[in-house]
Amino acid sequence: MSLVKTSYNRRSFLKTSALTGGGMLLGFSWLAGCQPAVEEAPGLVMPEEWFDINAYLKIGDNGVVTIMTPNPEFGQNIKTSMPMIVAEELDVDWENVISEQAPFNAEKYGRQFTGGSMGIMTRWEGLRMAGASARHMLVAAAAQAWSVPAKEITTSAGVLHHEASGQSITYGAIASAAAQQPIPEEVTLKDVKDFRIIGHSKKNVDALKIVTGQPLYGLDYRQEGMLTAMIVQPPAFGMEFKSITNGSTIKSMPGIVDVFPIKTYKDDFVKGGFDTNAFPELVAIVGNSTWEVMNAKKAIEVEWKLAEAFSETVHGFQGTVVRNVPAGLENTSTHQQEMERLAALPGKVVRKDGTPEDAFKNAAQIIERTYTAPFLAHNCMEPINTFAHVKDNKVWLAGPLQIPGLIEPTISARMDIPAEDIEIEMLRMGGGFGRRAYSHYMLEAALISQQAGAPIKLMYTREDDMANGTYRPAYHATYRAALDEDNKLLAFHVKAGGVPESPLFANRFPAGAIDNYLAEEWSIDSNITIGAFRAPRSNFMAGAEQSFLDELAEAMGKDPIAFRLDLLQRAENDPVGEENDYDAARYAGVLELVREKSAWESNDGKRSRGVSAYFCHNSYAAHVLDLTIEDGRPVVQKVTCAIDCGIVVNPDAAVNMAEGGIVDGIGNAFYGEMTFDEGVPQKTNFHQYRMIRMGEAPKEIEVHFVENEIAPTGLGEPPFPPIFGAVANAMHKATGERQYHQPFLGEDRVLG
Amino acid sequence: IFGKHRISNFQLMALFKLTVNGSTQEVDVDPSTPVLWVLRDHLNLPGTKYGCGIAQCGACTIHLDGIAMRACVIPISQIGVQAITTIEGLSENGDHPVQQAWLEHDVPQCGYCQAGQIMSAAALLQDNSNPSDRDIDAAMHGNICRCGTYTRIKAAIKTAASQ
Repeated sequence: MSLVKTSYNRRSFLKTSALTGGGMLLGFSWLAGCQPAVEEAPGLVMPEEWFDINAYLKIGDNGVVTIMTPNPEFGQNIKTSMPMIVAEELDVDWENVISEQAPFNAEKYGRQFTGGSMGIMTRWEGLRMAGASARHMLVAAAAQAWSVPAKEITTSAGVLHHEASGQSITYGAIASAAAQQPIPEEVTLKDVKDFRIIGHSKKNVDALKIVTGQPLYGLDYRQEGMLTAMIVQPPAFGMEFKSITNGSTIKSMPGIVDVFPIKTYKDDFVKGGFDTNAFPELVAIVGNSTWEVMNAKKAIEVEWKLAEAFSETVHGFQGTVVRNVPAGLENTSTHQQEMERLAALPGKVVRKDGTPEDAFKNAAQIIERTYTAPFLAHNCMEPINTFAHVKDNKVWLAGPLQIPGLIEPTISARMDIPAEDIEIEMLRMGGGFGRRAYSHYMLEAALISQQAGAPIKLMYTREDDMANGTYRPAYHATYRAALDEDNKLLAFHVKAGGVPESPLFANRFPAGAIDNYLAEEWSIDSNITIGAFRAPRSNFMAGAEQSFLDELAEAMGKDPIAFRLDLLQRAENDPVGEENDYDAARYAGVLELVREKSAWESNDGKRSRGVSAYFCHNSYAAHVLDLTIEDGRPVVQKVTCAIDCGIVVNPDAAVNMAEGGIVDGIGNAFYGEMTFDEGVPQKTNFHQYRMIRMGEAPKEIEVHFVENEIAPTGLGEPPFPPIFGAVANAMHKATGERQYHQPFLGEDRVLG
Repeated sequence: IFGKHRISNFQLMALFKLTVNGSTQEVDVDPSTPVLWVLRDHLNLPGTKYGCGIAQCGACTIHLDGIAMRACVIPISQIGVQAITTIEGLSENGDHPVQQAWLEHDVPQCGYCQAGQIMSAAALLQDNSNPSDRDIDAAMHGNICRCGTYTRIKAAIKTAASQ
């Protein structure tokens, strides 16, 4: 058991009140000791409440417990796993728990953010305290009622017991009295070994609603008198709105109510890091029904013009950056040429250990390989949408979004409406993957509703969604290794860049494991908008790095797992430098586990195997991928996966998410690609943008978790990046050819 | 007759009598309106999802006389007397074997594509009560899941087939 303080800062509060009709309502707020340090940028006013986490739980006098899930749900299953954490410490029967999505309320719930694989990690301590504090108060109430010492009272599955006197009472029966108890300043948390809910799989609380088609998503939202709105956006990056040519014709079309341009930012607006918006000036079409608006969208004629170059200051989590946005219509072929050009020049040195220049000069052999990957579109299955109703200078929004707290101030600034008059309902998201952290569409919907004077539902078509940017950037990385006459590794050099950002993590493995190490980066400005995409930057670097290490191991005549383990042992025993951002022992742990579970050393040779491991989002993941070539196509027979993300709250759901990361990663490695011609995205829908499908998924996936008692870390992202390397390395085994350029398979490419 | 880019001051509407999930419904809409939007906008049946609008993702899969079809590309004028079944009408209480298997395997992540996946799977099993892996791959090829739940979908279909 561990004793923890329930509150730490001056703003913290704890509230309790009796529910009308009996029962207990307990509200908590506390500073989250485990919140990641966030650099506040000058100029960006973050309300202090953001550093609090709050949760609410209600205990009815019938013993039913309602637990709020503070963060929005996009498929990572926190609406089940977060209440599980509260229920564990509360010591209640899971069957009596109702899970509810908390409303957006920064004051009560702190940072309601789904992204960065941080949900469970940042809420872990707070949710446990919420449950433990409520349990403490229930125990205190029973102690008072029975006139016995609180420490003699035990709890189990929603019932309080006093063994000596033989008394017991349900939580529901004593909840009202518990609500009168003082809020504890310290509470006792359970030992991990005593967990009865955490670590035991619970089914998705919304599964029945999903499989019966109940309305859960933004696109399903409706209200009486609601109109449908769509946008018309520039056909190319580097273009902007000029005028609507046939507005009156469009307005006279059946079911069309209005057509007008909207401008989402004031000229002097200073953007936050998530205010990225490909096309801040759009045309809105508002009408009675989806099909009528779609027809108007096909018929509308809009004049666009070339946009000018500009420079903007962005206040983001990483501090203040100046973003230079060039004019012009960009091409993928030009991007590639420019990336090759910059890759050949000296980059900005981000880390240097030892004397890599000398080592390369004196090397007996230098291995140099270059890896590239294209832009990727998020392609959430639910296209971008939001319901909005602006009335009497108040804004009501309901839709899918990952960070409501960051779009609210943007809406407030644009519409001159105070934040307290902006309500945002967070609906279940039909996928997110980073895309819905950039919720400019909420502001667009609000502006359209205001102008139309009616409640509206804004819907992007698939084509709008796919062409709206916020892409995973295009990347490029060159790796070099210097070997001596005995094939010993002397030096390691990575130089990485991209359009428009570098993907480099200079302090990640194998930094720390090699005496002479050099990391450089570069970038190319672009007017194509980019954003977070399931493990940003890692999702490229892992594949490149793990492919290179595989090739290096081969050149050095070493087993690829043994080679990595040797490097990790060096990093653990005698690390080079002090900035290394990984735990070498845990990194080695997943490699050892995947080696054992995949029976790596007894491979029968019928399948080609590739291994890959990576650390990101505070967790470690390793894969062994088994592949065969059938009819010239790679078939992934099996993926064996080992993950160290600390304590696993809901194991089957965690396995599901890891399976999803693996399948998604294989799909993007084989097929994912967005290209541009004169600024125009060349893939507009799923007939052109190739997504992985049923028959291309692995036939079998096995997921193993390292068992430990470390507080949970990320899981949504960590299994995704390394799978790119596992695919590439298995394809090399199968075909003899290395894969350097994603996507590895075009539509018609035949192998073997 | 009904041009795709029809621009006019008068509305070409028509009355359609439909059988949806066992009950008769009437809608007065533009005959070119895809079944998807009739279901979602006019009949308040939002279980059938919009994903692509060009029959490439399967999110809008419904049954027409028991056969899996993509509602986003079928004009309402082509339905005639064919019975429409949507996810809301697949079973009374979510107790269709495919839905039950989905629950048993806890398939959904975001869940958005799953109605379409379930409708495709239910149609497959109606035709083929013991599908092979290849049969499943072929029947489910038109349904995209970006969350990557394919292995669970396949396992759930096999469970449903064994019921």
